[in-house]
Amino acid sequence: MSVPKILTRVPERVERTDWKRVRTLADKLTTPLHPDDYLKLVNPLWSARELRGRLEDVVQETDDASTLVIKPGWGWSFDHEAGQYVGIGIEVDGRIQWRSYSLTSTPRRRGRRITITVRAMPEGLLSGHLVSGMQPGAIVRLAAPAGEFVLPSPPPEKILFLVAGSGVTPVMSMLKTMDRRGTMTDVKVVYSSPTADRMIFRDALLGLAEKHPSLDLTLRYTDDEGMFSLEDDLDATCPDWTGRQTWACGPGPMLDAAEEHFRAHDVEDHLHLERFTLELGENTGEGGTVSFQNSGRTAEVDGSTTILEAGEKAGIGMPYGCRMGICHTCTLTLVSGSVTDVRNGDQFAQPNEQIQTCVTVANGDCTLNI
Amino acid sequence: MAIADVKEYTHLSKEDVEALGAEFDAIRTRIEESRNADDAAYIKRMIKIQRGLAFAGRVTLFASHKKPAWAAGAALLGIAKILENMEIGHNVMHGQWDWMNDPEIHSSNWEWDTAQPAEQWKHSHNYVHHQFTNVLGYDNDIGYGILRMAREQKWSPVNLGQPVYNAALATLFQWGVALHDLDIERIMKGEKDPKEMKRQLKQIFRKGRNQILKDYVVYPALAGPNWKTTLSANVAANLTRNLWSYVIIFCGHFPDGAMHFTEEELEDETRAEWYLRQVLGAANFEGGELLHIMSGNLGYQIEHHLFPDLPSNRYGEISVEVKEICRRYGIPYTIGPLHRQYGQALRTIMKLSLPNGFTQPDGTPPPDELPRQRRKRRTDAEREPRRAELGSWSRGRTA
Repeated sequence: MSVPKILTRVPERVERTDWKRVRTLADKLTTPLHPDDYLKLVNPLWSARELRGRLEDVVQETDDASTLVIKPGWGWSFDHEAGQYVGIGIEVDGRIQWRSYSLTSTPRRRGRRITITVRAMPEGLLSGHLVSGMQPGAIVRLAAPAGEFVLPSPPPEKILFLVAGSGVTPVMSMLKTMDRRGTMTDVKVVYSSPTADRMIFRDALLGLAEKHPSLDLTLRYTDDEGMFSLEDDLDATCPDWTGRQTWACGPGPMLDAAEEHFRAHDVEDHLHLERFTLELGENTGEGGTVSFQNSGRTAEVDGSTTILEAGEKAGIGMPYGCRMGICHTCTLTLVSGSVTDVRNGDQFAQPNEQIQTCVTVANGDCTLNI
Repeated sequence: MAIADVKEYTHLSKEDVEALGAEFDAIRTRIEESRNADDAAYIKRMIKIQRGLAFAGRVTLFASHKKPAWAAGAALLGIAKILENMEIGHNVMHGQWDWMNDPEIHSSNWEWDTAQPAEQWKHSHNYVHHQFTNVLGYDNDIGYGILRMAREQKWSPVNLGQPVYNAALATLFQWGVALHDLDIERIMKGEKDPKEMKRQLKQIFRKGRNQILKDYVVYPALAGPNWKTTLSANVAANLTRNLWSYVIIFCGHFPDGAMHFTEEELEDETRAEWYLRQVLGAANFEGGELLHIMSGNLGYQIEHHLFPDLPSNRYGEISVEVKEICRRYGIPYTIGPLHRQYGQALRTIMKLSLPNGFTQPDGTPPPDELPRQRRKRRTDAEREPRRAELGSWSRGRTA
């Protein structure tokens, strides 16, 4: 699914030490550039400076959803966790635009390809382009896998997946992982979609259910059967739901309802959702009042709320992309005041300096040019 | 006193100046909205060509014991360095390509192939020079603290050596630039914050060491028996780049017609007045497309000073409109062939090595009573904070 995702530690890129040493030596030849800055001109995937991938195939899943098969370049680590998402950046009119999508491939240390599955959103310029406008061979930017919505290893004894629409994507990765590792436990899947045609991975799920007797599938076609109600339908569909670790993924209202329902039955600690919070390092600011110059709006924030979140809280249409400091889409001008970069503690305090709002927090009052 | 009150511009009312500013703003908006895939392709092609030239130059120099290979290698490398410094590095660090959202071509982390650390350049050039352009006592680019370039600057017998200092500066230009943001005068007086000085010196040392190692140790060593000829070719390439960038930079603000300003003219300066000062303080030179690319499009110095963060490949098209606006408002637009612009700058260097009484002024005559200029540089605390007109700007993390 495509949602604003949480900021987590970007994993160290894996590199063998001898290779690292060669690169350090080669650095002396190319300084102030890196050897990769030259090599990527020969093959775009030969650079670990920015993660890139080559689109190898586009597999149509439904009328409006496709799976993109991507071969990542140097520096990619294939051992992500099932359920994590990646940032993907593509160039539109000369500008790189970023979105995040759940990985639908399984993590494997010796992998060669990753897949993401994208549904074209109405008026979603980028998702539409990804689903139908990309040709194999195209080069995309990637951001390292991240996200806390993951399946633990080994998986819990009893699991419930509550999914709707393209929310199936991270769950598919989890199911495929359990299938591949032979660790399919007692799993119940409740999956809603308007019609059978629009249901992404319908056949793949039916195939998995056939293979694993412990995997029980409830498919709900909401155009005919109506929405799945936790209040009315869950007890009948899955009587032992309170005893299951539950992963829920889907539209916002559905997640809200799940949170409420689990809280009402006092099992909220069993529920795992994509939480839109920010995991900060040790670098925090002092907080203060963040003012937005053009609208005159303000937000009171603590020292761990990013400027981007502050703007969103104040109802400003803040630009954003990867939300982890990679893509620069969120860059705005700091008119006055001081901010701290949560990644490294760098302070930016000079008037009219550009800052990346997704990774900076306020040090006292500050004003932004938006 | 603002710039519109200067004797030559009393024909412009306050409203005229504001209208002029609005016209320049309109150009900025139009270009910002029309940046597209072609512009992105332009800078990417430039980078590809530049890296290809650098690679070809380095490889050719492995055969540098043969004279033609020496000459070709040195030329390829020299051109690569010029392209990198002028059309790519200088412009990327201005934030001209930040709109692409590409971290590999971004002002916040570009590091260029010269001794000056990018972070210090972005302070001394993007802020101090571009905001306080040609303001005496504020803009340290007026003579780079070595040359007397304005009649308003007090003469001292030390200035008699200007022809020699000038030749030395041209030859060692990258090292002159490397020390530019340090403020040596303040260091000698013991007034510089020791912590900041240490930080800057460390940056310069690290960057300079890597540059020297690369050009004068590692590549010659790799060339084995040809180490001597490789070394001399690398010296030649750096020298070519130094001389060329020196000439281009001296053509930007020192030809006759580019005006100097005083502190008083900075007071309460509006955005429109800032624009006007940029036009009056800069000088263009004419040339073909290749010359403009090799000079980082700084032949469009006026346009660059008006819109320092708009993509350089658009300056040509912008210049047509700027020229027309200047004609309508009766503002001089200084332009000439490269050799004439440099000739005028050189003449000023020679003339001003002598006290004012010995020579006649060229170009715009300074006011009858020359204002006294403070000799000391301003610190950031004494300067106006950075203006938004300078465009995208962020400090680097790399250097």
